[in-house]
Amino acid sequence: MAEVKEIRQHKSAVTYLLRFFVIGYLFVLVVWPLSEVVQRTFAPVEPDAAGGFGAFLERLQDPSVTYAFGLTITCAFWAVLINTVFGLGISLLLVRYDFPGRRILSVLIDLPMSVSPVVVGLALVLAYSSGSGWFGEGLESVGIFIIGSTPGMVMATAFVSLPLVIREIIPVLEEIGTDSELAASSLGANAWQTFRRITLPSIKWALAYGVVLSLARSLGEFGAVKIVSPGAEFRGETATLLIQNRYTNYDESSAYAAAFVLVLAAVLALVVVTFIRRPEDRT
Amino acid sequence: MTDVLAPPAGPARTRRPSGGPFRLSTASGIGLGIGLVWFSILVLLPLAAVVGAAAAGGWSAFAGTLTDPQTFAALRLTVVEAVLVTVVNAVIGTVVAWVLVRDDFVGKRLLDVVIDIPFALPTIVAGLVLLSLYGPDSPVGFNIVNTRTGIFLALLFVTLPFVVRTVQPVLLEIEVEAEEAAASLGASRFTTFRRVILPSLVPAITAGSSLGFARAISEFGSLVLISGNTPYRTEVASLKILKFLEGDNQAGAAAVAVLLLLVAVVVIVGLDILSRRVARRG
Repeated sequence: MAEVKEIRQHKSAVTYLLRFFVIGYLFVLVVWPLSEVVQRTFAPVEPDAAGGFGAFLERLQDPSVTYAFGLTITCAFWAVLINTVFGLGISLLLVRYDFPGRRILSVLIDLPMSVSPVVVGLALVLAYSSGSGWFGEGLESVGIFIIGSTPGMVMATAFVSLPLVIREIIPVLEEIGTDSELAASSLGANAWQTFRRITLPSIKWALAYGVVLSLARSLGEFGAVKIVSPGAEFRGETATLLIQNRYTNYDESSAYAAAFVLVLAAVLALVVVTFIRRPEDRT
Repeated sequence: MTDVLAPPAGPARTRRPSGGPFRLSTASGIGLGIGLVWFSILVLLPLAAVVGAAAAGGWSAFAGTLTDPQTFAALRLTVVEAVLVTVVNAVIGTVVAWVLVRDDFVGKRLLDVVIDIPFALPTIVAGLVLLSLYGPDSPVGFNIVNTRTGIFLALLFVTLPFVVRTVQPVLLEIEVEAEEAAASLGASRFTTFRRVILPSLVPAITAGSSLGFARAISEFGSLVLISGNTPYRTEVASLKILKFLEGDNQAGAAAVAVLLLLVAVVVIVGLDILSRRVARRG
């Protein structure tokens, strides 16, 4: 073991060179720009904008900003709820059951993560817009409008974060196998009891992990939502759309204030995820 | 990639000699039906509508859109930028993973968290983050707005974690014995890396690079504020789709979208095959 340690801990000039290169690269690419965002949130560069924490809070309390965050949270809530229920069901089916087309389905499930958000938005428009979509007219005749309203934005959000829960649960389901579940059902437990008492407790960390990832992704979705939303103030403008609109309309300080909140949410999600992963790793 | 076809663990297998998972019962069949209907409504039908809209005008309309000089320039820029970013990531991502696994210094844990930040940030915020340092009123006097360098930097930012996060676990599992043997036989550290370590990292680097490439090709949010969207110069494929859509040219938008979709499908299927191969070998 001593020799192994020696190899691992042998520090040549190359080791130091690589270390400082990596630190420098990450600093210039991520850390420094990020710190500049914090700087500009509390000390805007615009000449007439007030600085400080009070001004930051004031910008967030603007009705159009609270509307935007409210809409973002609504969309994220429904998208995460739908993806969690769907993800649990599909994961159980994919791992525990055998049916034709199972492998194709398992590959297709991953597709939404790799499709460009713009393509996602375009796809929903081409399928459901009341003007030109495949099903637009039919839905319009029964009074359902998807594009340009909240249901469309929920769908866009659900689309892009669809595989996150499934990806986390499937490996755990495969690992735990079916022994305990079979034992429970042979002792007379029904399907729901088996799920709630046996399956759910063993996948709860993976599920929580997937839910946090979906939530983070949903709160930050931009491209797909941009295309299906009317995107105007008080009309379908989510937090991410607000950032774009404000920045391009020379209201940088509001853009940075909203962005800072989303940065905080993202960092919080990262921290939560690290804490969730730890107990999982220990077992 | 998740490998759902892996057989269940030992004991369960002996109990069910058939080996495969359960047959569908009525209840699970209904569940599968509902799941598939929702998946079709949300994903499959809309994507089919994209393909349909692209094919509606026939091959000549499709090819005409893509060979239009302005569209073609956007596609070429997208591919060139994505290839450049992928090459840089393959090298730097491996180096970062190497340092995170093999080196040890104060603040390494923090660096590990920093890697995930580009994934966690909303894409529009990622664009804003870069603009705060490298945009107008840049404190370092370096404005990337409406330049190809800006697009490159944004893509580098959003694809940072892919190679790092695929190479890292593989590097953690590599046995040091093989390296030791190589070193004791007189191989230099570089030779050891090239001949012993690198070959076992190649599948992970390939997987991470393909994911990064797919992401770079389809990137939208982080480029909206940075790319000035100037035709022939800084217009990329995803922004071209938006422009087509805003100009009410849905067939044009769909034609470009089908190309992006194709890249996504090829990468996913390729990775699925790759992961199966690696699993079989290991």
